Amino acid sequence: MFSLLRTMWNVFLHAFRKRETVLYPEVKPYIPPRWRGRIILSRDPDGEERCVACYLCAVACPVDCISLQAAEDEHGRRYPEFFRINFSRCIFCGFCEEACPTYAIQLTPDFEMGEYVRQNLVYEKEHLLISGPGKYPDYSFYRVAGLSIEGKDKGEAENEGPPVDVRDLMP
Amino acid sequence: MATIYIDNKPYEVKDGQNLLQACLFLGFNIPYFCWHPAMHSVGACRQCAVKQFRDEKDTRGKIVMSCMTPAADGARISIDDPEVKEFRASVIEWLMLNHPHDCPVCDEGGECHLQDMTVMTGHSYRRTRFRKRTHRNQCLGPFLNHEMNRCIQCYRCVRFYCDYAGGRDLNVFGSHHHVYFGRYEDGILENEFSGNLVEVCPTGVFTDKTLKKHYTRKWDLQTAPSVCVHCGLGCNTIPGERYGKLRRILNRYNGEVNGYFLCDRGRFGYEFVNSKERIREPLIRNKDNGALEPASEERVLGHLSNILYFGAKVIGIGSPRASLEANFALRTLVGPERFFPGISEKEHQLTSAAIEILRKGPARTPSLRDVALSDAVFILGEDVINTAPLLGLALRQSVRQKPMEMVKRLNIPLWDDAAAREVIQHEKGPLFIAATHGTKLDEIAARTYNGSPDDLARLGFAVAHALDPSAPAVPDIGEDLIPLAQSIADSLKSAGSPLIISGMSTGSEAVLHAAATIVWALCRDNGNAALSFVMNECNSIGLGLMSGGSMNGAFDLNKAFDLVEEGKVDAAIVLENDLYRREDREKAERFFERCKHVIVIDHLFNNTAAKAEVVLPAGTFAESDGTLVNNEGRAQRFYQAFVPEGGIQESWRWLRDAMTASRRPVQWQSLDHVLSAMANEMPVFRTVAEIAPPAGFRIAGQKIPRQPHRYSGRTSIHANISVHEQKPPDDSDSALSFSMEGYEGMPPAPFITRFWSPGWNSVQAVNKFHCEVGGPLHGADPGKRLMEPTVSGEISYFQKVPQAFEPRKDELLMVPLHHIFGSEELSVLSPAIAERTPKPYLAISREDAGRLQVDQESELEIVISGRTYRLRGIINPSLPRGVAGLPVLAGLEGITLPAWGRVGRKA
Ligand code: SF4
Ligand code: SF4
Ligand code: SF4
Ligand code: SF4
Ligand code: FES
Repeated sequence: MFSLLRTMWNVFLHAFRKRETVLYPEVKPYIPPRWRGRIILSRDPDGEERCVACYLCAVACPVDCISLQAAEDEHGRRYPEFFRINFSRCIFCGFCEEACPTYAIQLTPDFEMGEYVRQNLVYEKEHLLISGPGKYPDYSFYRVAGLSIEGKDKGEAENEGPPVDVRDLMP
Repeated sequence: MATIYIDNKPYEVKDGQNLLQACLFLGFNIPYFCWHPAMHSVGACRQCAVKQFRDEKDTRGKIVMSCMTPAADGARISIDDPEVKEFRASVIEWLMLNHPHDCPVCDEGGECHLQDMTVMTGHSYRRTRFRKRTHRNQCLGPFLNHEMNRCIQCYRCVRFYCDYAGGRDLNVFGSHHHVYFGRYEDGILENEFSGNLVEVCPTGVFTDKTLKKHYTRKWDLQTAPSVCVHCGLGCNTIPGERYGKLRRILNRYNGEVNGYFLCDRGRFGYEFVNSKERIREPLIRNKDNGALEPASEERVLGHLSNILYFGAKVIGIGSPRASLEANFALRTLVGPERFFPGISEKEHQLTSAAIEILRKGPARTPSLRDVALSDAVFILGEDVINTAPLLGLALRQSVRQKPMEMVKRLNIPLWDDAAAREVIQHEKGPLFIAATHGTKLDEIAARTYNGSPDDLARLGFAVAHALDPSAPAVPDIGEDLIPLAQSIADSLKSAGSPLIISGMSTGSEAVLHAAATIVWALCRDNGNAALSFVMNECNSIGLGLMSGGSMNGAFDLNKAFDLVEEGKVDAAIVLENDLYRREDREKAERFFERCKHVIVIDHLFNNTAAKAEVVLPAGTFAESDGTLVNNEGRAQRFYQAFVPEGGIQESWRWLRDAMTASRRPVQWQSLDHVLSAMANEMPVFRTVAEIAPPAGFRIAGQKIPRQPHRYSGRTSIHANISVHEQKPPDDSDSALSFSMEGYEGMPPAPFITRFWSPGWNSVQAVNKFHCEVGGPLHGADPGKRLMEPTVSGEISYFQKVPQAFEPRKDELLMVPLHHIFGSEELSVLSPAIAERTPKPYLAISREDAGRLQVDQESELEIVISGRTYRLRGIINPSLPRGVAGLPVLAGLEGITLPAWGRVGRKA
């Protein structure tokens, strides 16, 4: 009997405590920047598409929800002709981000992706590509890679010597 | 056998090997770069180091290159010794000093031997701070990309290209760390086997340019065991598909056939499968406006049941580029006496003659491996590099057989490639080439001879007569021919395994007879003497065997045309065949005019399909299963690599549906049913079903997957169409599945869908699939020989020696000139091959050019059997007087050669 009354009293007291429930969506919770939410494709510091369509994210994905097709543009840069993520399958493990050698694919703190129609969870490149570099503002793959593209000739990447003159016999 | 000790455990290995190959084939992983199973060792890369000990007591040992050390009896080595491991790690670190940061954009990535070896040695972090050496790339033509920064100086490319394939325009330039592998200047790589650099180069320097246009990683390709359809040799291939498009062809090792290599026609000719000219839906001609219009399968079958009603007089025209199964289904539908092989009268005659010679005579047809081991070769009337390219590559190895004796005498191991080549220098074994014109292999031939087809036959008979005086003598033989014939005969006679090569391309039966007579004369005292005929198409022999293989000539396209002309035909079914390529244009036109109903089953929209009333979309080699018989008489199975979109299905399935619709029912549910029906009906195909296990075959209850276990995008590829994943298609025809699930271990040899093994992502994984260099795949090399010679019995030589060729005054004898790029019907539709295809021309001899007063490139007017062609003239000094060469190219098809033609300057 006593314990019953005590419980009721305690419950009554809770009515005057500070509220723990966050009134989402009016109030947005704090999400740490390394949260693994909605996936985006970023651009390099020059504003070009970072993704070089290397297929590493696709092969790393444990649920195989990424597919793309590589192509090459007129400047010699590789890019994905299409890039599709089926978010109804994605488990937000972040393996794709870990696998990506160009920092193109990144997971973001956005988790608000609910849909009534499952088909709407299929994102194409136009839904994924953002206009900035995301978490890695400075990195540009082509400045490091040996492949030449328009505006960056052989020997102009970081840590590269000028192209060899094969007919030169000097030691 | 020798016993070697690896980390103190004894192993039995075959004699005469080096440690590297012995260890690799025992299943050990030793990293290596410059060693290649076909090109052996040079010790250039220093990657394959192991530690060798003098005896049990020796604990210090010394580091040796395993590829340069014999696996001698009692050899003791350690692969895992810490010191040698460190040595190997340093070697790869040095090799990587200048390596670009390219893997994500490198087409080799995911199947890169350098990646594999780097992982194997454990080198993972770049320590050097210095600048990387860079190179400029070259433009090498439509087949290959060049990215020289990625080179690790293993020298494999030049060793393959120059030493193995006889190329001259790729080499190594510069010195020290500047060495450069490329051409003297930008330009198309000329060698016909350049595509093999894709597989030979262990890095991404040479990659497939056609693949780059629709680039896909190896782990994403759905692949199946297949057979090349672009010539009569039947090289084994691995076609790879992604998103419904064929992406590339890789070599599939078969010790008896193509070994480690393919030719460029076979490797880059695949794109016809993706062509815009593909027929993808059934079409019916609209009676009112005459246009072909798409129709549903039911409508088409309903229409067919009307045309093919029971009792209708239906003929079937088969094809040498369709599978045995498809031809057999057609033969079943129309009945054997109404089945025509669909080749010209002449080709039918030649094919029948070839089959008869090979079956009734005592000489065996060699596999390509046997060809490479022949020590004296006489080519009679073939330009093998252009008509059967890989045979040419095998011949380039055969001329090394005789000089290799010197290497053996000096006790130099045969795998010590640099030493062996040093000994051999430019020494060549006997190869004699007699052809209508100069050929590319002339450069390695001991003697060559150019003459008209009749003169070639006469030379052949003269050789036979020199070998056996009871063979017919050649009347009025020229003084110059006697010593030549004698020296050819002497070389063939003294050889251990002599080989005669002839074929279809001269279009002369006398040449085939002469070749047979020579080899039969040899067979009297050398059972090893072999005879190889080059056939025109991938299933020429199969079709020949099916249509009886007899010389009576009862069946050929002309007979079918005659039947139509006489009004004895209600409907004709044309199977995967463009009749305009086979016979004279007028005859073909007449056939379509006179035949009431023409049904065409094909995969490409060609002139024949354009005339049909009903067109049925057939699967190409990549979209269907079937069996092809190569020139050796080896029946080989190819399997469907992917399920195509649209109404495409296998030709035999269309024919089965047509039979069912027209009340000629057959109980064929799967390929196995067709195979067993074929075996029952035609005993010659009895063993065809045994080429591979049947569709019900399972390992550990599982099918063999066509997709690698790391295939990506399974839940995303079709998500744009529907987010609900579909079940993968069933395959009722084979033990392969269209899925990544299934048996992951090593499949039986006929079901090898790709070469992969843990830690070996590159094509070098092939070493895990067979047990010795150049040896058979585990189990046995797939394929069944359908023709064996008759060994007992008297040989009766062919007696009819043709008259010597007389040049005519106002006419030239047109002989066909084949081109590796351009002469084959399907591969020319691939853009890369089309780029290498020459423009039509007429080649004339220097004398005739002088007589007709034409210069190089002048415009000529040529009249052959009433038709006029305008072609540019090319002077080919190798052609004999009175003979002109007409290339086999688009625009010049349907001319039966050789034929006389008048040539004049354009008015
Ligand atoms: S891993 Fe990165 S660069 Fe490669 S395909 Fe994926 S997003 Fe593009
Ligand atoms: S060659 Fe191999 S290691 Fe080098 S960039 Fe290409 S994939 Fe990477
Ligand atoms: S180009 Fe390739 S095959 Fe040639 S040396 Fe360099 S790495 Fe070796
Ligand atoms: S040699 Fe013939 S069968 Fe072999 S790859 Fe070339 S075209 Fe194909
Ligand atoms: S593989 Fe032995 S040194 Fe290159």
